[in-house]
Amino acid sequence: MTRLAVSTEQLADRAHRAREAVLAMGASEHGTHVGGSLSAVDLLTVLYGTVLRVRPDEPDWAGRDWFVLSKGHAAAALYAVLAEHGYFPPEECRTYAQRHSRLAGHPLRRLPGVDFPTGSLGHGLSLAAGVALAAARTGRSNRAFVLLGDGELQEGSNWEAIMAAAQLGLDNLTALVDRNGWQISGRTEESVGLEPLADRWRSFGWSVVETDGHDLDALRSVFGALPAAPGRPTVVIARTTKGRGVPIFEDRKKSHYVRLTPRLHERALAGLRARRRNQA
Amino acid sequence: MTAAQESPVSVDAWAELYTCSARDVQRRTLLELARSDERIFCVDSDTGGFEDGFAAELPGQYVNVGIAEANLFGMSAGLAASGLIPFAHTMSTFATTRACEQLKLDVAGNNLPVRIVATHGGLSAGHYGPSHHALQDLAILRTMPHLTVLVPADAGETALAVRAAAHHPGPVYIRLGRNATPQIHREPYAFRIGASVQLADGDDLTVVATGPLPVHYALGAREQLAAQGIGARVVNMHTVKPLDQPALLRAAQETAGIVTVEDHVVVGGLGGAVSEVVSAEHPCRVRRVGVADGYLDTVGSEQELLADAGVTVDHIVAEALTLLDPARTDNHHTRRR
Repeated sequence: MTRLAVSTEQLADRAHRAREAVLAMGASEHGTHVGGSLSAVDLLTVLYGTVLRVRPDEPDWAGRDWFVLSKGHAAAALYAVLAEHGYFPPEECRTYAQRHSRLAGHPLRRLPGVDFPTGSLGHGLSLAAGVALAAARTGRSNRAFVLLGDGELQEGSNWEAIMAAAQLGLDNLTALVDRNGWQISGRTEESVGLEPLADRWRSFGWSVVETDGHDLDALRSVFGALPAAPGRPTVVIARTTKGRGVPIFEDRKKSHYVRLTPRLHERALAGLRARRRNQA
Repeated sequence: MTAAQESPVSVDAWAELYTCSARDVQRRTLLELARSDERIFCVDSDTGGFEDGFAAELPGQYVNVGIAEANLFGMSAGLAASGLIPFAHTMSTFATTRACEQLKLDVAGNNLPVRIVATHGGLSAGHYGPSHHALQDLAILRTMPHLTVLVPADAGETALAVRAAAHHPGPVYIRLGRNATPQIHREPYAFRIGASVQLADGDDLTVVATGPLPVHYALGAREQLAAQGIGARVVNMHTVKPLDQPALLRAAQETAGIVTVEDHVVVGGLGGAVSEVVSAEHPCRVRRVGVADGYLDTVGSEQELLADAGVTVDHIVAEALTLLDPARTDNHHTRRR
């Protein structure tokens, strides 16, 4: 199936399956970062489903677009989406965080589709900027995408990269901000606030696109029109909901890291499926 | 073929290198390499001085990321993962303590061919004060996965080390001083990563040193010891990781023991590394000359601060004598503290 032929309904199905997979990983022995994974599922689904030029059966293909999950704690969402696209069998998600699994609490490089292991916040944007610069200087058409958490933007290293990428005019670089508004101790704006976030990026020389991070059509259209302006890197600030799709977790601080008991897993799944039925 | 003939640097060019600091030699060598290999990339963090050289001649292979060492290493990792050969330039102290995590995770952890050029090693920027002292870097770097750590002893060896690093498969850290170096190597030779250079033979004890002044002082100590009828072998350990274990074990077996000399704290650096090797394979006495574990809240020239710290010819001699005669009590090291 060509990318353009993917319907919104198919993307919604994939996103739903990814959310079920995230919950299953949350129900594993160690639990997972459920809230920040669920907020990122739609972004990743549209990115892999319609935008990234990749070959899942040839992950190191030289012509690929690169993706860096800078918010490495959303690993469960990445695993679910990579499996959905054939990087590895979906059943492998059952090995999540088990001894010697390729699926750790934060991504390992040994997993097909992971170019850079992440987990320590504030690394991914520099890595992606380096990839983008290499492509620009060698005349290759590779693009670099990086998914950042909003709380992650409190790490100063991001702003080093933000300044440099604008100075270098890296229009093959796109940063996505999963703006779910939460970090572990509470709301971002009650911690060290990020607003006015769009103005901040803009003042650093980036093109800024703000969008609903759960509107599959909107995301598709934003991603299909990159770069937003020639000669500048683009940031897509995606307004999202932490725990999206699972009513008991939505916009809740406690969804940050959850180890779902069988009962809670059942409730979460029921809520997710009811939501999906109402949408479909 | 002689060793000089095997070297990529000619005998004539060799002598000329000693008119420059190791830092300048590194820049010249990098530019020469980059002219014939477009994968070589000069990543600068506003270190100053590239404007009229590399940046002017090969702007497509140069980038200045600004005063931003975390981004320096992250972007270099991205460049390396894309097939380029980035040389990331900063000072030793910023490379290893400010941007330590990027070095650990993005560069070393990923085993990417980033070459970190770390200037102002040891106390070579002693006049700047403790913010610019780099006395912990070797201890930190020895724990880094995949990383090769090179400490050229002089300007000529710097040219060889940079060439060897350029095409080494994994990440490399090259520690350079800021100042002109005494000439240690009289002529070019076949530099190999991990293969130390025995500068002088001797059967009584071995002095193992790393870095320009430590090696220079080790050779000075050898002369003084020779005047007392003591034969000291002198080894230039230009690669701190991986260590030349065979050379150390020969020293442990063939001589009475080892004195280590470094412009670095005496914990965790060369002395620690040598002790780890011999203690497991062939225990012998090891006396460590270096900077005491502590904070140098002071200022002075490189030589002055090294003298204050006891990294001197006299102290090496004293430690050598103590090593040979453990009953000695009047040694410099004990007196100083």
